[in-house]
Amino acid sequence: MSKPYKILIGLEVHAQLQTNTKLFSGMPTTFGMRPNSQTSPLCIGMPGTLPVMNKRAFELAMKAGLAFDCTLSRFTKWDRKQYYYPDLPKGYQISQYDLPFAEGGAVDITIEEGTKRVRLIRVHLEEDAGKNTHSDKKGGDSLVDLNRAGVPLIEIVSEPDMETPEEAKAYLETVRTLLRDLEVSDCEMQEGSLRCDANVNLHITKPDGTIAKTPIVEIKNMNSIRAVERALYYEADRQYELWQQDGKVMGEAPKQTRGWDDARGVTIPQREKEEASDYRYFPEPDLVPIVIDDAWIERIKAEMGETSGDRIERYKSEYGLSDYNADVLVTKGRAVSDYFEELLAQKVEPKAAANWTINDVLSHAVGRVKTIDDLNPAPKELAELIGMVKGKKLNLNDAREKVLPAMVESGKSAPEISKELGLEVVLDTGAIDAVCDEVINDPKMAKSVDDFKGGKEKAFGALMGQVMRRSQGKFPPDMVTKTLREKLTS
Amino acid sequence: MSFSREQVDKVALLSRLELTDEEKDRISQQLGSILDYIEQLGELDTEGVEPLAHCLPIQNVFREDVVEESLSIDEALGNAPKRRDEFFAVPPPIEK
Repeated sequence: MSKPYKILIGLEVHAQLQTNTKLFSGMPTTFGMRPNSQTSPLCIGMPGTLPVMNKRAFELAMKAGLAFDCTLSRFTKWDRKQYYYPDLPKGYQISQYDLPFAEGGAVDITIEEGTKRVRLIRVHLEEDAGKNTHSDKKGGDSLVDLNRAGVPLIEIVSEPDMETPEEAKAYLETVRTLLRDLEVSDCEMQEGSLRCDANVNLHITKPDGTIAKTPIVEIKNMNSIRAVERALYYEADRQYELWQQDGKVMGEAPKQTRGWDDARGVTIPQREKEEASDYRYFPEPDLVPIVIDDAWIERIKAEMGETSGDRIERYKSEYGLSDYNADVLVTKGRAVSDYFEELLAQKVEPKAAANWTINDVLSHAVGRVKTIDDLNPAPKELAELIGMVKGKKLNLNDAREKVLPAMVESGKSAPEISKELGLEVVLDTGAIDAVCDEVINDPKMAKSVDDFKGGKEKAFGALMGQVMRRSQGKFPPDMVTKTLREKLTS
Repeated sequence: MSFSREQVDKVALLSRLELTDEEKDRISQQLGSILDYIEQLGELDTEGVEPLAHCLPIQNVFREDVVEESLSIDEALGNAPKRRDEFFAVPPPIEK
């Protein structure tokens, strides 16, 4: 049943930049180290310390901005965002308020209906806070680890352009692919290097045709793309039910922050946003502004190589791929498009290479490989299989349904497996001739032979089927058809 | 310019300061006179003057992405009023 509402979803994604050191100090950013072993006086908020900007962090952020088609600001600066929390020893976070380094831009996502553009509002740089572990006991101490305090993040803020949890998922996957391909971020959600908050509300069509907009809720604490999808489904249902009860629309209730409880599969209210959002931003006096010129942008572009968009265009114009195929090959990540190009290098035709990569290799990879870098079989091995099909040594169906799965399973080569499974097509015309004669002269088939000769085209199928059965499917069907027809009509 | 008691309450809450009534009265007056003093800047004619992001005419100061030696865990926790193992131990910030 279709729901009487539209969901509006905007995402705020935090991605950790792949640097050796923190944003404003030379402390390492390695994950999983002993608590408080990667701190400097700056990280722990000692007086008299001064931040110094990490050039690599800034340039990685520029790459992300360019990859998302943002406008890079020619002048950008830092601001202090003040709030009190034990994970923030300085009492403020260094972030960017009114002059972020990148504005606008968009992310194109692939959904069932085709490509959809999700607009971005801005991308800015900021430092991460530390990590709190709260006690299970009431009133028990919270434990603070400041290793993560000061780690460089970009925050990517989208417009509320996504209308389903699936679109939010596709958006996150695309963002992750872009950032990984450029080596801007490793985007490990488990390790917190990709985090996502969602702003969500509903536009409900009332029986009289007018629209009711529910108050916006911000959902936090979602630790996987799957969690984001589940939380959005839950929250949409919850908002609809609540609206049916209280009828409250935007402006009649404050914006609320809710946390996702993955184990229970529910969102639960957190602090009220109004009070917490008084961050009293002001320009950071300890850091000087940054001026970006054309030469710098050109140098960063040159380092980036071909962008995803360029690559999609090239696949369409150079190889004649469909929009969908070009899109999937590129947006699934560099590993997938590299796999495709490796097949081309093995002289596989572009369309066949695209189809095999998308329909077969990727579907076998689902649930089987940890990362997309482990695609099986190796392109060279797959090229051999495709070559066998092209050379009519193997039926396409057998290749896809029997040989390829066995190759993925066992790591053996295509010829080995087709031999083992007895699937090799026999190209011996003498053998084909012999079996065709055998079938035509079989008294049991006499009726079919007479029927066909009498003009019943349908009878051909029965004869054809007999030949294929007796050959155990090893004859190429087109050759059997040709031989059989010649014999019957001569 | 006055700085009301309500404004003092709000700023105190945001700064996690617990003030007595007497302190609140005093601070409300003090902050009011500080604001008056700064308010004098409003008398200047700033027509056509670009907003200033920083008082120094310097830009693009960076360091290279090179790892430096960290404090030891004991040094990092040295000033903490309370620690547990290798962590800072603090009163719980969220009411359970």
